[in-house]
Amino acid sequence: MFKMLNPRRFYHAVGRKKFLEFLLLAAFILFFYGPMLNMLMLAFANEYTAPAVLPQQWGFKWWSYVFSQNSLVSSIVQSFIVAIVTTAVSMVLCIPAAYSIARFKYRGRKIFMLSFLLTNAFPKLGIYTSIAVLFYRYGLMGTYAGVVIIHMINSMMFMVWLPASAFRSVHRQQEEAARDVGAGPVRTFFKITLPMAMPGIAVATLYTFLGSMEEAQGTLLVGMAKVQTMPVAMYGIVLDSSAVQIGAVFAILLIIPSALMIFLMRKYIGPEAISGGFKMK
Amino acid sequence: MSERKIKLQIKDMTKKYDNGDGVEHINLDIYEGEIVTFLGPSGCGKTTILRTIGGFLDVTSGDITVDGQSIIGMPPEKRPTAMVFQSYNLWPHMTIYENLAFGLKLRKVPKAEINADVKKYLDLVSMPGCEKKYPGQLSGGQQQRIAIARSLMLKPSLLLLDEPFSALDAKIRQQMREELKKIQQDLGITVIFVTHDQEEAMSLSHRIVVMNKGKFEQTGTPAEIYDKPATLHVASFIGEMNFLKKDGKTIAVRPEDLTVTEGSGGQFDATVRTVMLLGHYVVMTAQHGDDVIKCYINRELSEKLKEGDRVSLTVGKHTVF
Repeated sequence: MFKMLNPRRFYHAVGRKKFLEFLLLAAFILFFYGPMLNMLMLAFANEYTAPAVLPQQWGFKWWSYVFSQNSLVSSIVQSFIVAIVTTAVSMVLCIPAAYSIARFKYRGRKIFMLSFLLTNAFPKLGIYTSIAVLFYRYGLMGTYAGVVIIHMINSMMFMVWLPASAFRSVHRQQEEAARDVGAGPVRTFFKITLPMAMPGIAVATLYTFLGSMEEAQGTLLVGMAKVQTMPVAMYGIVLDSSAVQIGAVFAILLIIPSALMIFLMRKYIGPEAISGGFKMK
Repeated sequence: MSERKIKLQIKDMTKKYDNGDGVEHINLDIYEGEIVTFLGPSGCGKTTILRTIGGFLDVTSGDITVDGQSIIGMPPEKRPTAMVFQSYNLWPHMTIYENLAFGLKLRKVPKAEINADVKKYLDLVSMPGCEKKYPGQLSGGQQQRIAIARSLMLKPSLLLLDEPFSALDAKIRQQMREELKKIQQDLGITVIFVTHDQEEAMSLSHRIVVMNKGKFEQTGTPAEIYDKPATLHVASFIGEMNFLKKDGKTIAVRPEDLTVTEGSGGQFDATVRTVMLLGHYVVMTAQHGDDVIKCYINRELSEKLKEGDRVSLTVGKHTVF
């Protein structure tokens, strides 16, 4: 059986084209999953020094370390608070905006849509610095509110564009039919339009939540170490090179909510839903 | 006919869009239990009138009354009308049962009554037992049946149909027409139907309103519209029509009202262009001056005629413009 693992045998068995494809795929997998595998390994390594392939000692030492550090546990809690508040507030603000873009024709509609792109077009750090000046004046530095606002700046584009395209895909006749059978405008929105636009809104919510979970730059600057989310806490850990394992544990902790959300919303996530959001009409 | 009850009255109604299109000074009475069709090419304003009745468009001026009550300014949900659109009537995230029950639930109808009604109306539109299906699992024709059932369940004073069959293929369209007519007879409901398909209008309606460019060209029974077209547009829009010029006037005559005889000496002399067998009858076209005239002839005569033969045409029933 091990004879087949001989590359020469393999080459002649599958042919040149297949063999090259296999090599490419292997490289690809190594490139994508190698770092993740390494991270997984590190997270469960009690002791590890660089040149070795496998850790000298396996175990959960760093997991218990992370969970015993109050500052690290609190960063996890803070991350979730900020992400949930950011998602909720941007839904409340952006979904009506998305609906108006989808349904009403008014002057400056395109400019309004493009303005969300602008915040993503400029260097973030420049924007954050100038925002910080304003935040100092209004006492928002080092507060949850300030951090949530920073996170929303990043998520607004997704939160407006994706739901807008979802609303646009709801046909006007479907809303009119609901009015016709006796539903008022508000009921029509909540019973007909919103449920039908849900896939697009779900994807946008996912992006907002995940984006907020991993935002570090702005949080570091505006949070001023008072609001310390997981990515911010990781800066400190990475700078302290003696404990790469803590970083690995953190990375896995950060992956869990993302993976969970993607799994729950897998039905809605597809190239169509995402590309559909970026049409300018 | 004068003692019949007026269901809908449109009084000097005007609806102008910002770009100047629209309908002006529309007056129409529709009687209880009638099917009235607005017929005209697209953009003639027929859907505009229907949408002002349904409440989806505001009127610029004038009044619309149903059973003597003005409905101007009421939102669609308050009006005693029910509308079926060309397509996208159903809500894809709800089952057929939920689609049908939606309006009744809003009216706080007891659940047992809703269940009975859903069953009854699904039977009426010949779609029994599809309560648990989703609209996406039904064909276009079936979806329109459900939409009609949903509208009928609300027992509207007036059923508005906006080209409901135009997205369906020809065979199903014909079947739907027959069923709609039967349902209308059974329930005695008043129906306003909008279409650009003259055959559909002729076969369904008690009365037809022929429209062109925002105006009523003629209102009458299908027979009146067909036999005595009021304008040249109506004459050319409905059915096949030949237009013969004589002494500065235009004579409009249907192909079936022309008598064809061999040789010359009739009212109009012409030369045979084509002879085409279309099953139980034959279509012959003949050249008269610059005009091409279409006639229906029988098999016997068609076998004697060939291209280039001289024929003479005698005009029967006709209209002069």
